[in-house]
Amino acid sequence: MAHAHGQAHDAQGQQQAHAQGQQHPIGIYLKIWGLLFVLSAASYAVDYFHFQGYLRWFLIIVFMLLKAGLIVAVFMHMMWERLALMYAILVPTLLLMVLMGIGALEADYTFFTRTVYFVKGLL
Amino acid sequence: MTQATPTHTAASVPLVDGVQGIVADWSSDQRAFKNVPWGKAMMWIFLLSDTFIFSSFLISYMTVRMSAVEPWPNASEVFALTLFGKSIPLILIAIMTFVLISSSGTMAMAVKFGYEKNRKMTFILLLLTAALGATFVGMQAFEWTKLIHEGVRPWGNPMGAAQFGSAFFMITGFHGTHVSIGVIFLIIVAIKVYRGDLDNERPGFLTGRKGNYEMVETMGLYWHFVDLVWVFIFAVFYLW
Repeated sequence: MAHAHGQAHDAQGQQQAHAQGQQHPIGIYLKIWGLLFVLSAASYAVDYFHFQGYLRWFLIIVFMLLKAGLIVAVFMHMMWERLALMYAILVPTLLLMVLMGIGALEADYTFFTRTVYFVKGLL
Repeated sequence: MTQATPTHTAASVPLVDGVQGIVADWSSDQRAFKNVPWGKAMMWIFLLSDTFIFSSFLISYMTVRMSAVEPWPNASEVFALTLFGKSIPLILIAIMTFVLISSSGTMAMAVKFGYEKNRKMTFILLLLTAALGATFVGMQAFEWTKLIHEGVRPWGNPMGAAQFGSAFFMITGFHGTHVSIGVIFLIIVAIKVYRGDLDNERPGFLTGRKGNYEMVETMGLYWHFVDLVWVFIFAVFYLW
C-alpha cells in the first residue's frame, strides 16, 4: 500500500493526486505478464490433457482466480489504492455468490422437473 | 468547463490507514476516494456495474447449462482447429487468450510511460494494444463465422443442447463489443498522446475536459477489465 503514496499524506487533494499518479517499475508489469502467460498455458493444459472431474474443476477455478487477482491487483493498481476504494469495489462483487447459489438451486429444480415430466424414457 | 479550485483543507487532516482509514475516508468532506482522480473512481464504479452485467450473463449460462436435459456440446471439440493436418482442441481460444493478455501487458506499460511523460513510448504501446485488441476481435469474427457455417444458431445447433448457441453468441458477442469499443477509445487516446494534448492540457472534443496522463490510466482500467472478463469466460465457457 505504502510505497506509491508515501508522500500523499500532506496531499492537497486533487493537485497532489495529479502530480503523483501510479508509478511503478516496469519489471513488475513484465513479471506479472509472464506469470499470466504461464497460468493461461496451465489452464489450457487442463483441457489439452483431458483432466476430468473435481480435479479439472479445482484447477480451472484456481487458475481463473489467480489470473483475475493478478490483473486486478497489479495491472489495475488495486493493491496500491486506499482501502476505501478497494472495499467499495471488491466487496459488492461478493453478492454475486448469492446470485450464483440461487441460479444453481433453480437449475437443479428445473432439471428435476424436466426429467420427471418431459424426457421420455428417463424415468 | 471550469475545473474546481483545489482546496487546501486536506493538508491539515492527515490520511489514516487501515480500517479506521475507511471510516475516515467515507465520512470525510467532499471526497471519499482520496489520492485518485475522480475519473478513475468513476471508471471503477462503471466497471463494478459492468461486472454485474457480465456476471448475470455467466450465471444465467450456468443455470441453463445445468438444467439442460440434452447433452451440452463439447467446447474442446467445437472450438478445435485443424492445423498442419492435426486437430488441436481449443487452439483458437488459447491463441485469443494469449493475444488479449499481451494487450493487457502493453497497456500496463503504456500507463507507466504515460506518467513518465514519455510520449513516444506511450503512443507506440497504445497503438500496439489497439492492434492486439483488433486481432482478438478478428479472430472472434472468424470463430463466429466458423460456428455459423456449422449450423450453430441462437435457437439451436446440430451438436446438442439448444441453449449452447444463445449463451455463446450473447456472452462472446457482448465481450467482443466491449473489446471493439476499447479499440476505438485506445486509438482516440493514442492520437491525443501523439498530438501532445495530454501535455498541453488541450480540452477534449466532446467533454471539454483538459487532457492529462491520468486518462491513459483510466483507459487502462477499462482495457484490463475486458481482459479480466475474458479470464472468466475462458474458464467457465470454454473449459467447463
